Amino acid sequence: MLEFPTWKKLWYWGLTLVIAAAALPSLFSVGGVSWPNALPDPEISLGLDLAGGSHILLEADKNQVAQQRLENMEESVRGRLRLTQPRIAIGDISSSGGRLSFMLKDPSQVDAARDEILALTSGAGLTGQRDWDIKVEDGSRFVLTPTREGLEQAVSDAMDSAIEVVRKRIDSLGTREPTIIRQGQQRIVVQVPGLGDPEALKSLIGQTAKLEFKLVDETAAPNDIQQGITPPGDELVPWADPNAPGSGGVSVLAVKRLGGIKGDQLTNAKQGFDPQNNAPVVSITFDQAGGTRFAKLTSENVNKRFAIILDGKVLSAPNINEPILGGSAQISGNFTVESATQLAIALRSGALPVDLTVVEERTVGPDLGADSIRKGMIAMGIGSLLVVLLMIATYGRFGIYATVALIFNVLMILGIMAVMGTTLTLPGIAGFVLTIGAAVDANVLIYERMREERKKGRRVIAAVENGYKEASRAIYDANVTNAIAGALLFAFGSGPVRGFAVVLIIGLFTSVFTGVTLTRMWVAGWLRSARPTELHV
Amino acid sequence: MRLIKLVPDNTNIRFLRWRVPFYVVSMILIAASWGLVMTKGLNYGVDFAGGQEIRTTFVGHPEAPVADVRRLISGLGFEDPVIQRFGDPNSVSIRVRLPDEATDNPGAAAAISDRITGALQKNYPDVRIDGNDTVSGKVSGEFRQTALYALLAAMLAISIYIWVRFEWQFGVGALFALFHDVSLTMGMFALFQLEFSLQIIAAILAIIGYSLNDTIVIYDRIREDLKKYRRMPLPELLDMSVNETLARTVMTSMTLLVALIPLLFFGPESLFGLTAAIVLGIFVGTYSSVYMAAPILIWLGVSSDSFVPTESAVERQERKAREGVGRA
Repeated sequence: MLEFPTWKKLWYWGLTLVIAAAALPSLFSVGGVSWPNALPDPEISLGLDLAGGSHILLEADKNQVAQQRLENMEESVRGRLRLTQPRIAIGDISSSGGRLSFMLKDPSQVDAARDEILALTSGAGLTGQRDWDIKVEDGSRFVLTPTREGLEQAVSDAMDSAIEVVRKRIDSLGTREPTIIRQGQQRIVVQVPGLGDPEALKSLIGQTAKLEFKLVDETAAPNDIQQGITPPGDELVPWADPNAPGSGGVSVLAVKRLGGIKGDQLTNAKQGFDPQNNAPVVSITFDQAGGTRFAKLTSENVNKRFAIILDGKVLSAPNINEPILGGSAQISGNFTVESATQLAIALRSGALPVDLTVVEERTVGPDLGADSIRKGMIAMGIGSLLVVLLMIATYGRFGIYATVALIFNVLMILGIMAVMGTTLTLPGIAGFVLTIGAAVDANVLIYERMREERKKGRRVIAAVENGYKEASRAIYDANVTNAIAGALLFAFGSGPVRGFAVVLIIGLFTSVFTGVTLTRMWVAGWLRSARPTELHV
Repeated sequence: MRLIKLVPDNTNIRFLRWRVPFYVVSMILIAASWGLVMTKGLNYGVDFAGGQEIRTTFVGHPEAPVADVRRLISGLGFEDPVIQRFGDPNSVSIRVRLPDEATDNPGAAAAISDRITGALQKNYPDVRIDGNDTVSGKVSGEFRQTALYALLAAMLAISIYIWVRFEWQFGVGALFALFHDVSLTMGMFALFQLEFSLQIIAAILAIIGYSLNDTIVIYDRIREDLKKYRRMPLPELLDMSVNETLARTVMTSMTLLVALIPLLFFGPESLFGLTAAIVLGIFVGTYSSVYMAAPILIWLGVSSDSFVPTESAVERQERKAREGVGRA
């Protein structure tokens, strides 16, 4: 066990030095010294709790996706059947209860209608299922129910495009290296390091920015509206600001449910000022198709009012004085310059296909993070010093071996973290301190055993050999069980706590290598060169 | 140079003489811990209770206006905000729990956080938001569940490993010692109403790892001694094994403590709970390895025959085959 051929020594030293060297760029960076550009520079990334930044977990509302899909289907069915030759007339449409149902006026058209509707559905999943289930009840009532596969597909598509929208919006803030990833079926994790104003980020990505233009139903009786009775064919939309001019003191506005247009066909949106009263507004420019539809809507409804609806709230309801043919429009609605700018960014990046709610947020300011690193380093320094003093005072020469091993251990943990690109978090610092305290345990076990063996009267070399041999069993078992605990913490833990597990697990491997293998090599070298007759442990 | 010795050579402390009273006391402590957890409850932080915790510094104040801030937050309609000093005299952490009726609303926590930050910024122009943790009821529920799974899975997986490496009695002993450690740590958190967060779960898993480390060292020695001294009565043998490993037990606890205690006093405030839990666990874990994990072997009937090689499955088949031939 104490034989170390030259190749083995070279291999151990090489491995140690190469891995330890990988820690240097990170140490240079902490010390504020620049690392030569010509050399590779793997550096440990700091977690948001150390570097400062925001971690935001967003959750999409699945029911909303389902509802939206029903409404779209209703619109498609109406449009398609109206254009069919001969026209298929339908009535009694309802899209409540998670399904769409309607009656055919002429039951003899069932087959034709079924063909038309089937064309509106598509395959979903891998088993050849359709995304909608079509049933005909009582000969003339169609019932369309979304299948589970279809809904999952829709949620998944919505999430994909939501991620794109969120990415565009965050990029517009000009922040560096945001991380935006999907988590599970309906969640998105957003991590933005070193952020000045987390509130702005939150309100920007939390805004759905679904813009709609709908005609105001001027015939609706104000009394009905006040009592919350929805006139047929209408919907009641609340005002964003109940005191807005034009609301007439009523908190909701009746608008025509269908026939409006959506504000998703935009080529540009920017913050501007209303030339008349200098209030902040958002100017939007439609694309070709959107412009045409907008021109048609305004031409057909001159001298009526249309409501500008953002995320289900009426911003304003201006009168259409003349057809707007240029393809651009102005949105007014009690904005500040900031909120108008934000809306412009949100509109430019497109509407979120589904509302996102912030379900978890962790923000750390850059000062607090820097303070944590400084305090953590001081505590780690004092702790390491005490461990080293205790080891040297107790085990003398062997304590020095353990100390050198400990230094390499720390460097190797840092090096491996840098190369693997793992993140150092605040709990990770605690993991480091714990590892420093626990890493010397292997040495303690070995040295105590050597002491015992020597007391039993074994010769020096035999005592050392037995010390390493007998102690290694317990060291092995203890490290495996610790690895089990660490792995489970990694598997179940989240964010910062995972950083603790990472340091712990890497530390187990390196401390066995440095504490057992390296010290054995050094002790063997000493035995060979000094030929001691007594062990002072 | 004379080397120090924390433990004199050849100790012969009869630890296990008092095993019954110690076990009774430990059982009472375990029961009391669970009683405390049940009655007083754990002081869940935002991770597990939902709600928000804001750390903030009043840059222009020499000292944080705690009473005024409390009045301000209470005025917003949030009951019992927890406002504590956090590091410097002009820094505080403000914790507001999610109201019970809001746990189903995913946006409630974020809305609370927005209102509090808004009110602070309006009333104190010098306020600086250093950190903000907002957790909705749904996410905190998931955290509680995964934390529980992690603890149970760790205890179980480790016990199975010990069972495979040693004997079933040792697996049961290790599991029991771990249960003792986890119970007492949770009991302490319930008793002193320390904030119980995800970090504490990390601490408990570290304690499980450490305590087991200790248990394994003693078990390994017991196994070795069982093979060596086949005639020695078990209680005496266990005492001998514990004494033989005593120097190591004390030394390792010491190195861990001297490494961790500076972190308690000089480290970042956010790590105080985690570090305190681990330091506590070192004491509890060391005690349990000697007084919980070792004596249980006596009652579970470990004997000097436990590690005598028994016939393997192949040998048994061969024997059966031989006997079968003999009968025929």
